[in-house]
Amino acid sequence: MCEVNKSQYMNEGTRDPRPGNAIPALRLQEDSLDKSVATTADAVAEVPDGAVIMIGGFGGSGAPIELIHALVDRFRATGHPTGLTVINNNAGNGGIGIAAMIRAGMVTKVICSFPRTAQSEAFTEAYLAGELALELVPQGTLAERIRAAGAGIPAFFTPTGYGTDLAEGKPVEMFEGKMYVRESWLKADYALIKAEVGDRMGNLTYRGASRNFNPIMAMAATTTIAQISRLEPPGAIPPGAVITPGIFVSTLVEVTDPQQEEVLVRAETVY
Amino acid sequence: MSETDNPPRKLSNRQIAWRAAQDLEDGAYVNLGIGFPELIATFQPAGREVIYHTENGILGFGPAPAPGQEDWDLINAGKKAVTLKPGAAIFHHADSFAMVRGGHLDLAVLGAYQVSQTGDLANWRVGTSGVPAVGGAMDLVHGAKRVAVVTDHVTRDGQPKLVAECSFPLTGVGCVTRVYTSLAVLDIDGGKFLLREKLPGLSMEALQAVTGAPLHVEGTVADLNVPEDI
Repeated sequence: MCEVNKSQYMNEGTRDPRPGNAIPALRLQEDSLDKSVATTADAVAEVPDGAVIMIGGFGGSGAPIELIHALVDRFRATGHPTGLTVINNNAGNGGIGIAAMIRAGMVTKVICSFPRTAQSEAFTEAYLAGELALELVPQGTLAERIRAAGAGIPAFFTPTGYGTDLAEGKPVEMFEGKMYVRESWLKADYALIKAEVGDRMGNLTYRGASRNFNPIMAMAATTTIAQISRLEPPGAIPPGAVITPGIFVSTLVEVTDPQQEEVLVRAETVY
Repeated sequence: MSETDNPPRKLSNRQIAWRAAQDLEDGAYVNLGIGFPELIATFQPAGREVIYHTENGILGFGPAPAPGQEDWDLINAGKKAVTLKPGAAIFHHADSFAMVRGGHLDLAVLGAYQVSQTGDLANWRVGTSGVPAVGGAMDLVHGAKRVAVVTDHVTRDGQPKLVAECSFPLTGVGCVTRVYTSLAVLDIDGGKFLLREKLPGLSMEALQAVTGAPLHVEGTVADLNVPEDI
């Protein structure tokens, strides 16, 4: 059953043909590892009711808008998935992305650092109506809890939040004369992320500062689904330039010319 | 205010930012909080290179691009479009907060609702109603080698913002080391406000009257002089 087919891992002893690049190439057989799927609907088809979903992005940059809208489409067509917990730095802006998920009624809890913005009406209305639970986490603690989950570290100590309302009930301990709060890892069933270039093995790069939470969320979820602007053959991304190694990515879908949250919010687009 | 302060004078936010900017050190890594503290970059003294950090993962960003030239994948923590200076670096959120929480930043400057004489800061919410939002403030107050505050000396209705003990929910305990206000510059050390500078012509009594905790003086108190036309 698990017998290794050695022919899949042919070391042809060749060298990278690019001038000046002498790294020996260990080639995979064509298509032996292809994480790409054809459509965003295919990519999110398995997300179940009650899932905990990390969604990349910060403000108007780095949000996988097309993947989020594919989830909203599925919910509108089938009533599923629903009862979702969303983890993001914010809690949706305008009428698109996470705000569209909240308006659709498929979210029951948000874990974030900054839910209140100039255009966060969808969250604010649902929260003040008691329809949505909120777990507020300091931004650096949110990032580190996600990173810790990805690295298999169940808890860590941080000075952030010590003596504040957000550390109430959490264990504290002194190290070298200073007080620290114990925080635990934050895992997810799924991560929906946005990258720029990807290959079928799941290696990713990001455009500008859209990187933000995307690489650490990719590490922290059981299943990571990435939308990419451009699918390239393995090797097209120089190994040293890979930001998210493919080991952290489960599924890829190419979305050429992706929508930008900031642009949609400014245009007052409603999905 | 005493009768000699007629009309009572106070610094504008731009003037407070100008004063804070004079203390930016050459080569420093600095995080400026969203809003008022961001003004400080405008007044960075010539001849000093300061590397600005933003929580969403950039070191070395520059001013906003010209209108119409925005790239919305290059923004700061306030979600405003920025440019990249030569030598800028981009990284993910956990690395960004490792820079903060690991004590690698030289200076963070934040706004405040209240600052206490022991350096406690309250700047994230004033009550328990509405939608709470904290962002990176609780991280920044513990991450930088120096944590400064820029603020009006009093609230809109004249209540002291420099207090013995904060009544609003805390952002951090014992974290603020310097305060630039509309009337004075103070350090916080040993559980005390140490007055360093005050507006010329403003008496100690008048300043103490609008400060919610005792002012201490060690050595001389300098005049707080800033340009009028900024």
